[in-house]
Amino acid sequence: MQPTTFILNDKQVVASGPQSAPLLDYLRESARLCGTKIGCREGDCGACTVLVGRIVNGDLSYRSFTSCLMPIGRAQGCHVVTIEGIRGAELTPVQRAMVEQSASQCGFCTPGFVMSMTAFALEGRRESDLRTVVDGNICRCTGYKSIERALAKLSDNLNGAPNTPDRLTWLIEHGYVPGYFKEVADRLRELNAEPVAGSGTVVLSGGTDLNVQRPESMLSETPIWPALPTTDDPFVVADGYVSCPGSASMEQLRLSSTVSQLIPNINEYLRLVASTPVRSLASIAGNLANASPIGDTTIMLLALGAELDLGEGWLPLDEFYLGYKQTARRPDQIIECIRFPVPSPYFHFEKVSKRTHLDIASVNTAMHIRVQESVITSARLSAGGVAPIPLFLRHTSSQLIGLTVNAETASWAAQMASDEAQPISDIRGSAEYKRMLLERLVLAHFISLFPSIEAEVAVS
Amino acid sequence: MKHIDLTSHVTGTSQYVDDIPLAEGTLHAAVFGSPVAHGRLNQLQLAKALAYPGVAAILTSTDVPGDNQIGGIIPDEPLLAESDLHFMGQPIALVLADSDFAAREARSLIEVAIEELEPVVRPREAYAKGLIIGRERTFSMGDPDSAFAAAAHVFEGCGSCGGQEHLYIETQGAYAFPTESGHLRIVSSTQGPTAVQRTVARVLGIPMHNIEVDVRRLGGGFGGKEDQATPWAVMAALAAQVLNRPIKLVLHRLDDMAMTGKRHPYEFDYRIGLDDAFKIVAYDVQFYQDAGAAADLSPAVLERTLFHFTNTYFVPHARARAASCRTNVTPHTAFRGFGGPQGMFAIECAIAHAADELGVTPKTIQAANLLAEGDTFPYGQVAEHARAKACWAALAEHAKLQELEASVRSYNQDHVLSKRGIALMPICFGISFTKTHMNQAGALVHVYQDGSVSISTGAVEMGQGVSTKMVQVAAREFGIPASSVRIETTNTTRVANTSPSAASASADLNGKALQRACAKVAGRMMDVAASILKCERSLLRTQGNCVLRDNQPTGLNFHDLASACYLQRVNLSAFSHYATPGVHFDANQEQGHPFAYHVYGCAAVMATVDGLRGTYEFDLVYIAHDFGSSINPDVDLGQAEGGLVQGLGWMTCEELYYDDRGRLRSNALSTYKVPDVYAAPKEIIVDFLDLPGSPAAIYQSKAIGEPPLMYGIGGFFAIREALKAFGAYLPFVAPVTHERVLMAVAQKVPFGKHAGACE
Ligand SMILES: Cc1cc2nc3c(=O)[nH]c(=O)nc-3n(C[C@@H](O)[C@@H](O)[C@H](O)COP(=O)(O)OP(=O)(O)OC[C@H]3O[C@@H](n4cnc5c(N)ncnc54)[C@H](O)[C@@H]3O)c2cc1C
Ligand code: FES
Ligand code: FES
Repeated sequence: MQPTTFILNDKQVVASGPQSAPLLDYLRESARLCGTKIGCREGDCGACTVLVGRIVNGDLSYRSFTSCLMPIGRAQGCHVVTIEGIRGAELTPVQRAMVEQSASQCGFCTPGFVMSMTAFALEGRRESDLRTVVDGNICRCTGYKSIERALAKLSDNLNGAPNTPDRLTWLIEHGYVPGYFKEVADRLRELNAEPVAGSGTVVLSGGTDLNVQRPESMLSETPIWPALPTTDDPFVVADGYVSCPGSASMEQLRLSSTVSQLIPNINEYLRLVASTPVRSLASIAGNLANASPIGDTTIMLLALGAELDLGEGWLPLDEFYLGYKQTARRPDQIIECIRFPVPSPYFHFEKVSKRTHLDIASVNTAMHIRVQESVITSARLSAGGVAPIPLFLRHTSSQLIGLTVNAETASWAAQMASDEAQPISDIRGSAEYKRMLLERLVLAHFISLFPSIEAEVAVS
Repeated sequence: MKHIDLTSHVTGTSQYVDDIPLAEGTLHAAVFGSPVAHGRLNQLQLAKALAYPGVAAILTSTDVPGDNQIGGIIPDEPLLAESDLHFMGQPIALVLADSDFAAREARSLIEVAIEELEPVVRPREAYAKGLIIGRERTFSMGDPDSAFAAAAHVFEGCGSCGGQEHLYIETQGAYAFPTESGHLRIVSSTQGPTAVQRTVARVLGIPMHNIEVDVRRLGGGFGGKEDQATPWAVMAALAAQVLNRPIKLVLHRLDDMAMTGKRHPYEFDYRIGLDDAFKIVAYDVQFYQDAGAAADLSPAVLERTLFHFTNTYFVPHARARAASCRTNVTPHTAFRGFGGPQGMFAIECAIAHAADELGVTPKTIQAANLLAEGDTFPYGQVAEHARAKACWAALAEHAKLQELEASVRSYNQDHVLSKRGIALMPICFGISFTKTHMNQAGALVHVYQDGSVSISTGAVEMGQGVSTKMVQVAAREFGIPASSVRIETTNTTRVANTSPSAASASADLNGKALQRACAKVAGRMMDVAASILKCERSLLRTQGNCVLRDNQPTGLNFHDLASACYLQRVNLSAFSHYATPGVHFDANQEQGHPFAYHVYGCAAVMATVDGLRGTYEFDLVYIAHDFGSSINPDVDLGQAEGGLVQGLGWMTCEELYYDDRGRLRSNALSTYKVPDVYAAPKEIIVDFLDLPGSPAAIYQSKAIGEPPLMYGIGGFFAIREALKAFGAYLPFVAPVTHERVLMAVAQKVPFGKHAGACE
């Protein structure tokens, strides 16, 4: 087993356990850093949120991760920061805002919130909706309003902060993080930044799927680590295609300025997927390979006509799924690269789940059409949660070509999609509900893309 | 004053059970639970599990030295199952190993031979089979039968509300340490340290004085750790005694969700009679409580349903019957509101039903029936300081209700696929344990010779801020800054025979006991001050650490006074006890005066429903609440907001999903959804009404823990009103999930069908 070397708060450490083991256990058991809490061990509560800094493209950049899922091997060459690592003589402005707004009651969720908010400060990203900052943190006590008030305060306080590269200096000066952060980048440059490649049989990226499914047996595997993207926006447009490495994270997709120029709503769509710390950890390739019938990025990419490269040339994504949780990939094959043709403005994604955010879809669906003078010239519809595999609605898609965009077409497409679906009843809804929901969501595609037809659509 | 734990919370230095540094030789425990909901255990094969490296022992019911029984109200629940299995997850064996990992791996190697029996998973089914826990209860007032016969309008129907997982973010846990001479020290994440102590004594067959239970704080409780923290602490204690090693037992989330009880699901049938002026002249309701497989607190929860079955309305002829039905799921237990919310939900359904039929908004009926001063509750207590109308009026005025309603109407005119609804939810909640004997508390105070103060009470801090309020009481009584007061852990050796921190009453009961204890010591200290200052004691008081005479500084401070007392051999410690006066209840007559006082309030909830997708959002909740004179508006605001959102969760996205074998499928945070930051209402306004409190409340600051949860019921009815704007009538089945909303809109549940939702 390869040891993992990283900087934990202000100290360099070597963890000798299995690389796939969750970082959380190391933090609490070996390092005895108990400020990081355990609420679920499944990425769903955020009590275990930590910061991970990594040198990307020469600069140190931080993200929040759920440490209960993050394989410790991923920490190789990184700076892992727990709540103990931001502790100074005084409270940080994040902590002060939380105290001032009484944004904590039992306190068990609180370190996770503080770390998510500190990540926001460090990343310097802009959010149109501040709630996104804590979208991965569950609090059972406060009802969130006090936390939102603290967030608003924090966001105000951060207004004066410059963006990279001086940001870190500013944050240190203003007490957001302790002074030792100044030397971290140099210290990291001396470490090997990638996890040491395993010789095993299982490809492991974020672990947001594997470490939920089988946390215990994973310990004996030596993972194969796909190389992480070397830029913050790993999406590029060339030769009529948008492409990215398979290891690009869902959060990188959300924040990609390259993609948002083509799909302006991408940020909004991705906000419906998992949570910030999970999206930051989760790779797009993992979402595809995982073959979950309701994978959100999978459903988007199916409609976008994506192809993937398993090292053997381009394979259309709609030929990748063979059956329930079965794909054309051998367990040791890496999805190196993903690409899709530059989309038209007519791409839309819909998802409904029991809870709108941080929940797996009951049904999700995407539609991408090309339109010339109101006539559909190409169409791709996909749907999740309605079949054993993420479903490319082949029949519906083909039938749409040549039709005029209007309310009648929308209703017809909705009906056809719902007929093409084969949902089953389970915890995410009855078959009847899912079928009806898909019908409605396909209508929603048309109404959202062509608002003028809203009034005409007959919703029974 | 801010919650005293805030700084340690935000720095991650607050300690919980799982954070206690491991004591040498500690063994970790994992609980093996029943794989079936109903069956007979024929054989338990432990050999393979015992052979797993690191395993020290596996304990079963035969290892229990005392009474293998943890049932508090009714002895019907073994600690470890003997042969009969009554719910999936019911503890059968306890695996002890040198790591948590090994204990859990070994657990998976335990083999069982079980004869599986048909489970009962619905309360009505249990009721029909006579599977009832305790006795059926009936509360009655007036002559309902004649009143129905004479009523101008009578409507009947049925409904149900689901259970609710507590989802405290800190799971259940305990750490037991054998000390010496058979003595055990147990650190437990419990709301009821005495319940743990008493049950350990019973199961281990040792006196209570051999057991010390200590609690610093809980990472959330909500009732889920009132009685159900006990088994885990007892198991840890059992293993500590048998193996003479420290034992740590912290449940993983999936085990916690599978093995612990939840808020009781209820089904109910109602009949409501009104006159032409919308006065409710008669109301009759039958409750079927899903108690789960054992009594736990179910009979007490059932009783509170009966105490609140008319909510905040005066109904001259009212009758409620209720039964705890035994089913094959986890024994259900206390949860914020303790049966009250279910009772209130039922009458709100009946009112909504009547409103549909009579073509008015529910508001019209609600407003016509609010409790007035001197009205009698069905259990015989007379409403004193009734605030139902005051809260209602304040809400209408402060929230500009008419404008809100107009805005909803115009929104609905302008939108085809999206509609808004607004609902009012008035509440009335009785404060006191309904078991009269539990309304007592104790407090211990030490003033050290340097003037610093240490206090201990029976109250357990679980986020609700009771520690902070206790510090405030001591600081106020002594006239010293809060920073001079330290609150100690809740410990059975310092304060004995405590009631659990529950029923919203902890601050009142413990605060009053503490007030007395502080007064005793302060009185002695002031005698000494009077002799030092050579003046009348009545002229003296302390403020901000200084002793004042006629409100002028005397140069004597609290610190010097404390040392002077010590040198004069004056007792600087005191213990006091408090028992709520005047409360009583006769469970044979079902009449009495069970509550010290009532808390009132009213909320307006506004929801927007997306009729295309079947989703919804809460735009605004305005709460006009009767806090009395809050001693800590900061803490109380947090309780109001948090309670509301928890109540909304219960009514909307939180759905317990059992399959027909009695297996809980919503057994993880990925499948059981509590509100996240986006699910909370966009805006919550909490209006602290300027109303005098109750003398039975500490400093007239009314109890706050539970009542706000019930505002969440308004969420159900706000969505229901929005659906009516689509022409759909939502059946009275909570929670109203996205699925239920879409099915209602899509199928346009017609008028008249909605009330017959239960078979
Ligand atoms: C709390 C939580 C919420 C979630 N919410 C959503 C949601 O809303 N929508 C949604 O779609 N998903 C959701 N997910 C699942 C999502 O996070 C995963 O599907 C994720 O995309 C998997 O990526 P990963 O890098 O973590 O994969 P891993 O767990 O590392 O691996 C998953 C699978 O992919 C394979 N794999 C990983 N990387 C590669 C690669 N580069 N090439 C080939 N194979 C690879 C692995 O061998 C494994 O079979 C959620 C997960 C969690 C824990
Ligand atoms: S412990 Fe809940 S997200 Fe990690
Ligand atoms: S403060 Fe208790 S869970 Fe957030």
